[in-house]
Amino acid sequence: MSAEAETGGLEFYPMDQFLIKPLFGGDTINWYTPTNVTLWMGIAVLAIILLLVVGTRRRAIVPSRTQSISELAYGLVYSMIEDVTGKEGLKYFPYIMTLFVFILFSNFLGMLPMSFATTSHIAVTVVLAMMVFVSVTLLGFYKHGLKFLGLFWVSSAPLALRPVLALIEIISYFVRPVSHSIRLAGNVMAGHAVIKVFAAFAGNLLIAPLAILGIVAMLGMEVLVSFIQAYVFTILTCVYLKDALHPSH
Amino acid sequence: MEGDIVEMGKFIGAGLATMGMGGAAIGVGSIVGNYLSGALRNPSAASGQIAMLFIGVAFAEALGIFSFLVALLLMFAV
Repeated sequence: MSAEAETGGLEFYPMDQFLIKPLFGGDTINWYTPTNVTLWMGIAVLAIILLLVVGTRRRAIVPSRTQSISELAYGLVYSMIEDVTGKEGLKYFPYIMTLFVFILFSNFLGMLPMSFATTSHIAVTVVLAMMVFVSVTLLGFYKHGLKFLGLFWVSSAPLALRPVLALIEIISYFVRPVSHSIRLAGNVMAGHAVIKVFAAFAGNLLIAPLAILGIVAMLGMEVLVSFIQAYVFTILTCVYLKDALHPSH
Repeated sequence: MEGDIVEMGKFIGAGLATMGMGGAAIGVGSIVGNYLSGALRNPSAASGQIAMLFIGVAFAEALGIFSFLVALLLMFAV
């Protein structure tokens, strides 16, 4: 009993920040209920429109700050697709650019204090990953017909090994959307939970300076992770797209 | 000493699942270390392989994230 009384001063709930709440009161959440996820996704879309449409309205040879940032994002995704898939992947540039900018803005807006990290929810990232998975699979069958199944038949391996390799390839193909979505959600969720744990330690006066230093360091780390995860999600989409465009091993 | 043995098993299992983090750390460290040693030998080829570096790190890290997921499932879903 005495041990409970001693540890009772330090209570923390690192997962409470991920609770989905309806915006206008009430407890039931239907598919049409506006929640804090809806709000922050809307803010992300608005911010993207502000940067990419309003920010580049006055186009100039010497770009303004917003124009050069949007040009940087555009050039990054463009060269990424060109490097990984080659010229024929550039047809799918709008979709991949949308994915990149949406994930990047959701991650960065989730870093704001009192905001809500929408990409920390597996429900959100699974939709993004499944859209990529389904569309890439359909594209592969549309472009190559049944030859797309050659993706699983490693023709450079010895004949006896090929069925085993085909099994492994098929399993790894279907694990793709799982790892694709959980990587993003897990990284964002873990980072935010760690920050909240440090924030709980700041309640104790003795270790508060150390805890605040830890929060600052973790926030800096999280800004980096936010960008890298958006980059990784996009580049993996490019890799999957490359498999659909050139399925033969 | 309240609680039951299922509760205890949950916490022990979640704690054990964090060991997966070590595996992910080894994988990521090995990838980045090898990238760096290769990049120092041939700096001109290094910038072309940044994309491959991130892909490799992402694959290695995903498995560490899976162990985190197992811990979360044990704590909140089981």
